[in-house]
Amino acid sequence: MDLHFGDSKPTDEERAAVDALLGPPESSWEGAARDEMRAADLRWARGGREARDRRDLLLPGLHAVNDRIGWISEGALDYLCRRLTVPPAEAYGVATFYAMFSVKPRPATVLHVCTDLACAAAGAPQLCAGIEARLGPGSGVSVERSPCLGLCERAPAALAVRAGDPVRTAVSAPATVEAAVLAASSPGSAPEEPPAALAVPQAGQDGLTLLHRVGVVDPSSLDDYRAHGGYTALRRAFELGPAGVIREVTDSGLVGRGGAAFPTGRKWQATASQPDRPHYLVCNADESEPGTFKDRVLMEGDPYALVEAMTIAGYATGAHKGYLYLRGEYPRALRLLEHAITQARARGLLGDDVLGQGYAFDIEIRRGAGAYICGEETALFNSIEGYRGEPRSKPPFPVEKGLFGKPTVENNVETLVNVLPVLTMGAPAYAAIGTGRSTGPKLFCVSGSVERPGVYEVPFGATLGEVLTLAGVREGLRAVLLGGAAGGFVRADELDVPLTFEGTREAGTTLGSGVVMAFDDSVPLPRLLLRIAEFFRDESCGQCVPCRVGTVRQEEALHRIVERTGADAAGDIALLREVGRAMRDASICGLGQTAWNAVESAIDRLGAYE
Amino acid sequence: MTVTPLGIPRRMLEFTLDGEEARVPEGSTILDACRAAGKDIPTLCEGDTLRPKNACRVCVVEVEGARTLVPACSRKAEPGMEVRTDTERARHSRKVVLELLASSVDLSTTPKVAGWLKEYEAKPDRFGPDAARLNEEPRVDNDLYVRDYDKCILCYKCVDACGDQWQNSFAISVAGRGFDARIAVEHDAPLTDSACVYCGNCIEVCPTGALSFKSEFDMRAAGTWDEARQTETTTVCAYCGVGCNLTLHVQDNEIVKVTSPHDNPVTHGNLCIKGRFGYQHVQNRD
Ligand code: SF4
Ligand code: SF4
Ligand code: SF4
Ligand code: FES
Ligand code: FES
Repeated sequence: MDLHFGDSKPTDEERAAVDALLGPPESSWEGAARDEMRAADLRWARGGREARDRRDLLLPGLHAVNDRIGWISEGALDYLCRRLTVPPAEAYGVATFYAMFSVKPRPATVLHVCTDLACAAAGAPQLCAGIEARLGPGSGVSVERSPCLGLCERAPAALAVRAGDPVRTAVSAPATVEAAVLAASSPGSAPEEPPAALAVPQAGQDGLTLLHRVGVVDPSSLDDYRAHGGYTALRRAFELGPAGVIREVTDSGLVGRGGAAFPTGRKWQATASQPDRPHYLVCNADESEPGTFKDRVLMEGDPYALVEAMTIAGYATGAHKGYLYLRGEYPRALRLLEHAITQARARGLLGDDVLGQGYAFDIEIRRGAGAYICGEETALFNSIEGYRGEPRSKPPFPVEKGLFGKPTVENNVETLVNVLPVLTMGAPAYAAIGTGRSTGPKLFCVSGSVERPGVYEVPFGATLGEVLTLAGVREGLRAVLLGGAAGGFVRADELDVPLTFEGTREAGTTLGSGVVMAFDDSVPLPRLLLRIAEFFRDESCGQCVPCRVGTVRQEEALHRIVERTGADAAGDIALLREVGRAMRDASICGLGQTAWNAVESAIDRLGAYE
Repeated sequence: MTVTPLGIPRRMLEFTLDGEEARVPEGSTILDACRAAGKDIPTLCEGDTLRPKNACRVCVVEVEGARTLVPACSRKAEPGMEVRTDTERARHSRKVVLELLASSVDLSTTPKVAGWLKEYEAKPDRFGPDAARLNEEPRVDNDLYVRDYDKCILCYKCVDACGDQWQNSFAISVAGRGFDARIAVEHDAPLTDSACVYCGNCIEVCPTGALSFKSEFDMRAAGTWDEARQTETTTVCAYCGVGCNLTLHVQDNEIVKVTSPHDNPVTHGNLCIKGRFGYQHVQNRD
């Protein structure tokens, strides 16, 4: 590979941002100044394979520059490429893939204002207009409309990010024009966010399994975590041995909570038994499904639980390294998890010899940068590896060839956290919760037209109505979006569907990621559907034709009929159906395959446009 | 004549193709099997010299038990698989995919597509006059080749040819995402400021004419490009000792472009700047 770099030079600050991550360059081959060139430079070149093996530092490198400067210039990108031996064209392709990065100059402060479903219903359009009126051009703030920020229980929401050293962030939710403008103009002095426990209306109640520590422990204290039962599951895991852990997880009937509902024990077994080494563990914390915030609340309220659960998963599957791929929009979760990992390492709960058991395991956090598609497991691998977050085609499956082409087990946060009770209470007791085929407790993210939005824990099998009652459903309920933008709508008279994988499937809908978003009759349905279509058009990676163009054609059709019904809409609805069918059948990944579900369900079950 | 090296003998596997028993060597794709059986499946992103990206999805077929359709060009045949290539479901997806493509990009120089549009009764117009299109202007920034991304279907072939599959120059990549994704060099600069070495291997593989010789582009603009009047002569490049095969496309006694045979076991259609573009001296008659 003979790389070509242009003449653009990084500024001192850009160089410093990259060097803070990678260390100073060792030779002029990788970007040290010419006059620092040492005699040895003429004989050897650091770079080549050794540098290329660090390609996975491309995304952290882009973050480093974007965090410090606010955008990524040609000079900064080229310098980063030199340091990592990455072709600039490829790095440009990566930088332009993520919504949180800009390759054009922009103000140091960006205010992301959520315009997604829950926030739209809570007045996001007026909020945006108000903010824009106050922060006109020249304010030094760039206001960007954002997909769901994962703060739906406090809708409408805004997130301010001010570049610098260090980068500063502030969240305003529920946001008013004043509060959001304050967050953007002085993120350092904006009021603290309310504790995560406020997102858990059941916090402190008896009988909780997954949420029992949220609001009870201090999320920054390892001692407090241990005092509340932390690390008993890992001790049990070491008693059982890897095969024993997998047996327990299999017997518990635990299935993945990310939407695909694949048996976790089977996945772990399949990875553990691969002869190829090393094995990797990836925790998918890229929760970006509009309406979903349970993983954030778990990570913010009980971060050590995730660290412990990842350690157990790594131990069981023979991995010594775990990557925690965290949504770029979760600054508080990032802080708390970084702290938790450092503490765990300092106390021998991560590192070369976990708990003195001779097992080496460590966790590295990787931040996403604003791309819903990176929640797809293979896109997530590409993203970590420093490539565009485009899904890979399967087969081969991750258990065989996953991250860095190695056997990889990938689980989301909620799935992993379930492993703790599986081990502490034992598989039979765990399996006794819920129903025969959907075992254990389940988290639901309830938002929209309810009195107490938040994360609720119920055993599988509770009905939709029961969950809504817990959250205090308001008068005039018109529809519930179940499973998020990739899920489906159900009618207000269908609230007796049992929330299990089988039950929702029988009812022709899906549990998806556990979203329960309630809409009363004041919400204009066609606008909502348009927003869903817009979301998928924005988030399509663009790799395959049915999704890249199909999402655009669907959005156009929905635009045309936003004010129409009956015969006037019939032609476009037929078009939507035909395109939707091809998208479901022929798209590469789940995004394109499910992008039409919610709109279709609104047409079929709610009679939108009738 | 080109000699095709015989690989290690492979085991045969059996599966069902449209109800008939099919036997193919292990490792064959469903598309290989279809072609061996004389079935015509449309393909766009698949090419004979590259690993297909399976991004266009026009080659989808139905596999018994699979939730979605599968791309014939990339899915390996497995023993006992039941594949149906011409079901209503597969035809529907191909039709819609062709409509989506034809409504968003200019396919006028894509071979065979007009026939498929007719065969599948695709009506790209039904998305209405306001359907978003790429609307890209041709990029003419050097004397050798033109990038007309209004014709680009994002098949990734040029990216793979320029990258790790052939040229290892990594001069181009996909930038942006979704409908705004485009092939671009670093910083979306002109080609002359990029890492491009003008080997033209990307032009060789481009299935739509989005990348073309400047000579062809100019002649098309002038209305003088006429493939019916062109002859093709395969010869050996005289620049160096490697001995790459060149195919000279000649119209009215002028070389109008140079390609290279894909079945050559050494070069597989690849050339360097000299073989691909260095033909002017041949026709310098002053
Ligand atoms: S379905 Fe959409 S998101 Fe998935 S690979 Fe295709 S274009 Fe990308
Ligand atoms: S001409 Fe060669 S080097 Fe230039 S972009 Fe095309 S494949 Fe890459
Ligand atoms: S320019 Fe040609 S080869 Fe490259 S992606 Fe577009 S259509 Fe494919
Ligand atoms: S934070 Fe706005 S919809 Fe989720
Ligand atoms: S030819 Fe198979 S997907 Fe493009």
